[in-house]
Amino acid sequence: MATGDVLYRLEAVQHRYGARVVLDIDRLNVMEGETLALIGPSGAGKSTLLRLLQFLERPSAGRVVFAGQRVDAAPPLDVRRRVTSVFQKPLVLNRSVRENVAFGLHLRGVRPRPGQIEQLLDAVGISPLARAPARMLSGGEIQRMAICRALAFEPDVLLLDEPTANLDPQNVRLVETLVRERRARGVTIVLAVHQVFQARRLADRTALLLDGRLVEIAPTSQLLDAPQDPRTRAFLTGGMIY
Amino acid sequence: MNVLTNLINEFGRPELLRIVALTLRVTGAALFIATIVGVPLGALLGLVRFRGQRAIMLVLYTGMGLPPVVVGLFVYLLLSRSGPMGSLGWLFTPAAMVTAQTIIAFPLVSGLTMSAVAGVDQDVRLQVVALGASRWQSLWVVIQEARVGLTAAIVVAFGGIISEVGAVMLVGGNVEGQTRVLTTAIVLYTRQGDFAMAMALGIVLIGIAIAANILLLQLQGRLRDR
Repeated sequence: MATGDVLYRLEAVQHRYGARVVLDIDRLNVMEGETLALIGPSGAGKSTLLRLLQFLERPSAGRVVFAGQRVDAAPPLDVRRRVTSVFQKPLVLNRSVRENVAFGLHLRGVRPRPGQIEQLLDAVGISPLARAPARMLSGGEIQRMAICRALAFEPDVLLLDEPTANLDPQNVRLVETLVRERRARGVTIVLAVHQVFQARRLADRTALLLDGRLVEIAPTSQLLDAPQDPRTRAFLTGGMIY
Repeated sequence: MNVLTNLINEFGRPELLRIVALTLRVTGAALFIATIVGVPLGALLGLVRFRGQRAIMLVLYTGMGLPPVVVGLFVYLLLSRSGPMGSLGWLFTPAAMVTAQTIIAFPLVSGLTMSAVAGVDQDVRLQVVALGASRWQSLWVVIQEARVGLTAAIVVAFGGIISEVGAVMLVGGNVEGQTRVLTTAIVLYTRQGDFAMAMALGIVLIGIAIAANILLLQLQGRLRDR
């Protein structure tokens, strides 16, 4: 649940690849404990924003503040470890599914609690694959394994880039249940989604990004049902050409 | 049939065992040194970008194709009585042979390690960092992901040095009981017309090469399946 405290504060953040500006955000606050959905067409800057929030990229200009600490230079390890991501194409380590899921714990020098990994795998329906080599998994199974891996070490912030892109409706439901459970425990979640329905199901607030700029950010129902910006209306009704 | 009997008899000669033991000792030592220095250097070159890197890569790639006999000549001049390292007294000793073989193996180990590490998707490191890896942990994971290529680098270097003759002949001198290894002994026995012994040594050399490759395939298979 959102506490009302600001967790991330982005001020005049700009990110460029060479001369190309891929992100240009004047101001964005992410509140502690909230679930924020990022919507927008491909190339709008959603993944770049998630990478900035994960401290994987430094902004070309502007300030990023996390938990009151300026982090646009590489933050210390203990700060970094509060945040984790599930990428669009998740990493598959050349190990078993179980070892993949326990990997974040392993990096922290922590042994999984008895049954912890199995419980996570069970929640997304892949516990029979625990001992299988992870490289044998299908795209959807990899996606679910990656979500388990991110949840295993109980981060404060969970960044999800299209977390259910490869999943069938049944598994979408399983993953969304896991996300909602974390939200209930106070985990701050930022997720990039393609489907606005998912934003409605999961997010407290939703933001529309277009060409790297933040067009509108509002409580999800307000943004989806009564958007203020004509570009948001055009995007939601499919009338936008990009 | 007579030839075959002769050949079988050769395997019982005690000097054969001495030659094989020295070969494995010299090659093993050279490979060990080349690996502990070459793998970290290759990994570093595959992971980070810095000024002068291309020059180092050029040297390594050139070194991968360096004729062993030229390396032998270089080490010979280095270790000869009037050479800059002559005071060590290593010329015509196994130490000189290890030195030459290390120089031959080093570019193979580091160059192939560099390729294997550079071939690991850049995204792997980012995702490992996102999972909470420290700088060193992320480097270690990338090296582990490249381990199949890394094993190949070590075995290629092993094959390269155990089968070379020019360098060890020059700096070792093929002294009986002291610096005679499989390849130099084959040259000698062939010249002396002792073809049975030369063949026996050749078979042992090929056997070692096959064993090394079986080990590699098994190791790679196990590493892939993990």
